[in-house]
Amino acid sequence: MEEILNLRYALDTFYFLVMGAFVMWMAAGFTMLEAGLVRAKNTTEILTKNVALYGIASVMYMLVGYNLMYPGEAVNSIWPGLSFLLDSDHDAASVLSISGSKWYDGAYYSGRSDFFFQVVFVATAMSIVSGAVAERMKLWPFLIFCVVLTGFIYPIQGFWKWGGGFLDTLGFADFAGSGVVHLTGATAALAGVMMVGARKGKYSRNGRINALPGANLPLATLGTFILWMGWFGFNGGSELVISNVGEANAVAAVFVNTNAAAAGGVVAALVTAKIILGRADLTMVLNGALAGLVAITAEPLGPSPLAATLIGAVGGVIVVFSVLGLDRIKIDDPVGAISVHGIAGIWGLLVVPLTNADATLSSQLIGAGVIFGFVFTASLAPWALIRAMGGLRVTEEEEYRGVDVSECGLEAYPEFTSGAQ
Amino acid sequence: MKLVTAVIKPFRLDDVRDALSQIGIQGMTVTEVKGFGRQKGHTELYRGAEYVVDFLPKVKLEVAISEELVDQALEAISEAAKTGKIGDGKIFVYGIEQVIRIRTGETGPAAL
Repeated sequence: MEEILNLRYALDTFYFLVMGAFVMWMAAGFTMLEAGLVRAKNTTEILTKNVALYGIASVMYMLVGYNLMYPGEAVNSIWPGLSFLLDSDHDAASVLSISGSKWYDGAYYSGRSDFFFQVVFVATAMSIVSGAVAERMKLWPFLIFCVVLTGFIYPIQGFWKWGGGFLDTLGFADFAGSGVVHLTGATAALAGVMMVGARKGKYSRNGRINALPGANLPLATLGTFILWMGWFGFNGGSELVISNVGEANAVAAVFVNTNAAAAGGVVAALVTAKIILGRADLTMVLNGALAGLVAITAEPLGPSPLAATLIGAVGGVIVVFSVLGLDRIKIDDPVGAISVHGIAGIWGLLVVPLTNADATLSSQLIGAGVIFGFVFTASLAPWALIRAMGGLRVTEEEEYRGVDVSECGLEAYPEFTSGAQ
Repeated sequence: MKLVTAVIKPFRLDDVRDALSQIGIQGMTVTEVKGFGRQKGHTELYRGAEYVVDFLPKVKLEVAISEELVDQALEAISEAAKTGKIGDGKIFVYGIEQVIRIRTGETGPAAL
């Protein structure tokens, strides 16, 4: 028996770590997607932001974020209480002393693997912000905000659901984070976009919306595929265990549904773009895949594969209208992050009750509302403070030249842009 | 001596070159250029927003030839470059005052 328990613990930990590594790779997906959808003169800066935010998120979450989100003994259901750094991992004797039907009451996978799986999620949430504010925000204000979001804003609202806080008690259902991760990232992004303003030249005085085409659609497509792959870890790992028949089947179902939703999102966005815009707009199709993935993330286990495809497809339709709609109200989001992660995320949360009897529409509405309200307020404050203190935005001339030069002093393609000798 | 300059669609270049070779023209100069005429540019769509590509890629072809070849050359270019759709391009004919072959120092029609 002890041999089998050893093996189960090892297998579930191994599964958790590999799934976490998949999610870590989503950082590469976001980086490539965003690098493809900005103009060539803003490439180095978006790459710098993405790799730096991953580092900052990893540090902040280890220092304080993880303990805020999973406090063990919380002060109350709203404030988790402050503590720092990680506890030591479970010791073998205490793990193996629990067996039989009580196995899942004890520690059944490594505590460090849990931290690893969680830390890559906070990086995902922060990656969502970087694309939305691209091409005009200064580098360092963005990184300062990154500290606040990954150390405090994300973990506190994460505690409310996944850490056992009041949203969890309320019955709010969010399997892998349509709300906790994606809506959070999108809401912080929205606050940032509102504070920094639109890119110069995006909206003309006469109301015309101008295209500022991305530099590299192959990279944007590669980034989307990387995210799609990483999502198997994001949703598949959120089942948390795999070491029995029921759990193994559940993880497989989550993989299938996750893929189905992305596929549905692609097809729906492609057809919608063709009908509404008259053309197969690749960037909309890429957004459609991601919207499908975000939509299924709140409940990737309950739906049948067909239902998952349809949930993703609705996400793919919504995202096209959302991208066009946000442009109408002059919310300039170069990569569509607010539409993909926010609007499709809300759709994903609201559709949960259809396939999960434990969730209700009201609990989902409250959950989405609380996350949006808290994250928006808590994000707007630091954005506004930074703007008041030193400015969020590069000068008009720097923006024209490209933030690669002004913020990083390094061009991504020196022989192709202005740096050629 | 005349200089015939033709602005044509890039994908017709090989055919135009063949047609000119057929009538015995031995040299030409080709430049990749951008421009527009009455066809204007065309619009592209990115994330729902249209943008206009004003200057379309064309090829400019220059051949210096003797007077008696001019009509044949114009006919050859016209036929080979023609698709019948807008944007087929234009041909300009100029007089040439002097031609010098640098290697030998020959001048006039002998240098063509």
